[in-house]
Amino acid sequence: MIHEPVVETGIDKAAAAKAKFGVIMFVIYTLVYSGFVLIGLTKPEWMGLEFVGGQNLAIIYGFGLIVLAIVMGFIYNYYCTKMEDRMNKH
Amino acid sequence: MIYEVSNLAIIIFLFIVGLVLGLSFYFARKTKSASSYYAAGGNIHWAVNGIAFAGDYLSAASFLGICGMIAYSGYDGFLYSIGYLAGWVVALFLVAEPLKKLGKYTFTDALDSRFNSKYIKLAASISTLIVSVFYLIPQMVGAGDLVVPLLGLPHWIGVLIVGSIVIFIVATAGMTSTTYVQFIKGALLIIFSTVLTFYILNNGFTLTPNENYHKFDKVEALVSNGTDFSISDPDYLVKATRQAGSKTFVKLEKGGNEYWYNVNKKDDKITLEEALYTTLKPNGEKLYNGAPKSERKFYQVGHLSKIVVDGKEVAKSGPVGPFEFLRIVGNSEVVRFSKNTFQDGDDKVTVWNQNVTSGEKVMKPGLIYKLSKDAGATFWDRMNFLSLMLALFLGTSALPHILIRYYTVSSQRAARKSTIVAIAAIGFFYILTLYMGLGAMINGVLDVESSNMSGPLLAKSFGIGLFSIISAIAFATVLGTVSGLIVASSGAIAHDFIDKYLQVEMTDRGKVKAGKIAAVCVGVFAIILGILFKGMNVSFLVGLAFAVAASANLPSILFLLFWKKTTAKGIASSILVGIVSSIGIILFSPTMYEKYGLIPKDAPIPLDNPGIISIPLAVITLVIVSLLTQKDNSTKDFSK
Repeated sequence: MIHEPVVETGIDKAAAAKAKFGVIMFVIYTLVYSGFVLIGLTKPEWMGLEFVGGQNLAIIYGFGLIVLAIVMGFIYNYYCTKMEDRMNKH
Repeated sequence: MIYEVSNLAIIIFLFIVGLVLGLSFYFARKTKSASSYYAAGGNIHWAVNGIAFAGDYLSAASFLGICGMIAYSGYDGFLYSIGYLAGWVVALFLVAEPLKKLGKYTFTDALDSRFNSKYIKLAASISTLIVSVFYLIPQMVGAGDLVVPLLGLPHWIGVLIVGSIVIFIVATAGMTSTTYVQFIKGALLIIFSTVLTFYILNNGFTLTPNENYHKFDKVEALVSNGTDFSISDPDYLVKATRQAGSKTFVKLEKGGNEYWYNVNKKDDKITLEEALYTTLKPNGEKLYNGAPKSERKFYQVGHLSKIVVDGKEVAKSGPVGPFEFLRIVGNSEVVRFSKNTFQDGDDKVTVWNQNVTSGEKVMKPGLIYKLSKDAGATFWDRMNFLSLMLALFLGTSALPHILIRYYTVSSQRAARKSTIVAIAAIGFFYILTLYMGLGAMINGVLDVESSNMSGPLLAKSFGIGLFSIISAIAFATVLGTVSGLIVASSGAIAHDFIDKYLQVEMTDRGKVKAGKIAAVCVGVFAIILGILFKGMNVSFLVGLAFAVAASANLPSILFLLFWKKTTAKGIASSILVGIVSSIGIILFSPTMYEKYGLIPKDAPIPLDNPGIISIPLAVITLVIVSLLTQKDNSTKDFSK
């Protein structure tokens, strides 16, 4: 490597598995995000429809996207940490 | 608008600024090497780095811009919150760990890690500089807006103060002090935004936001020949009638004073409704509601015209819960203020007329980004929406000042964990923006001349103490973000361009010195731009910075990580095409035409956000050039 990091990170045997898992998580979130954009483009009137607890679809979907990002972040970290612990142990 | 200046506000402001400067002095003594200056030595704890990420990312655009946009245009402003946060998913799942592994100090290091290419060094350093400058403009505009009510100073002095302090911070201590400034202000911003939201919910809804709230005049009129208005009440005298787009405005004289009224036609009945207005005289003098600014005839606005709780109309609601708050706004009716401009003889008149809007429309997209055919949405309106959502989603992980924060932690695991802390903190804050924006919309605090001040002015309605703290934190917010941007810019000039591209021989201390000189130059440039762009919504401006970043940087990052056929020339040409196409579209967009003083409809490109064109263009360029230059890769050994 031409530019070395400030701190040596060592060899991470779990890198490939984590990258694959990251791509899967990214695709899932992108599909949900695209659904929001697609509704806005093709069926904008749906955004105003009452959905759950007196809230419309725009609010539920918007809040949902924010909460989903946080939840998926924790799931990703949990499995990545497990992969690192398992694969880098040996 | 003229604001009362409070001593408490000044004391709290000085305390926060003093704290920031004290930290800089402390860390300046420890900053001796290039790794310490550009990457804080790579030993920041992941939790601190996560909140510092939030402090860096929750810039003036988030607190000032988004809250302001929601306060004026409802849910359309919240689209920015959704898109800004979604962008972190790309950063976490695809970019964080590999980038940490590849880079040293800057984003260019990571891109160039496989190639050692002069083309990449040059293109990436230009891109870092341009994206950072685009991002700097709104921060400086926001800083200028803040000092007007906080310290009673003109906008340009605010820009100058922020610029000077930040140049000092960055030129003395670099990334270490920048990190702790961002950590402190990120934490404070989230805590006090939660307090502000609590106040909003506890305050509930009322038809009269406060006892001094202006009572808008309304008078019935008759019309003949389409434009000749007459009023039976002898107290009023019709002076003039003007058209602005589809709107008609009538100038009335009452009690020796002149006011502009908006014509509202409903069921064959014509009502003239009082509006706010400014008059710009040919000699440059500006009048507010017909009088000089010092007479304080201009007032803050924003109220509900109907409150519906559980199907019943009420005048006041009392405290409400977070979900109940959103439900009540959706069922009620809000009075927004729409801006119109026209000529009245030699005077340029700007009128903000009352625009009664159903809560149902406020709580879904459509007030800025027209999407439904019923609202008259065109193909380009929809493309603007798509372009914005694409740029926000792809822009975050392409911002150089965010990417360099991955080099301040010790490991890839720490990079990942700090990103998750950032997502949780930023996500929580973005949910609060909806409450703060809607709270400002209905509590009579809006300054129609500056949407950016909605959040701090809302805090002011709950007490001068809360306003002082929130404004000082917002000011520190600007300081933190601008510091990060200037570190990124100085890294692009001193490390990427002078050291790596020009290969000027420098000692470690010499590199730090070059970085500091570059920081001063970028800071001065940012001050000038901040003064020139006064008056624009900061979140809109940041949306443009995201589009430039997503076009110039993201295709290169993703293809480098996931496509083995990517070549150095492919990356460099993609970056340059991304920069040129995105900036070109912005310069010829309707919004910039308005800024030039031209007619927005005459703009040759009907898009305000360039992402939908410039991002695919950069991707296509990268693929084609890489395929055409495959022989370059065949001579390199990438096995390491």
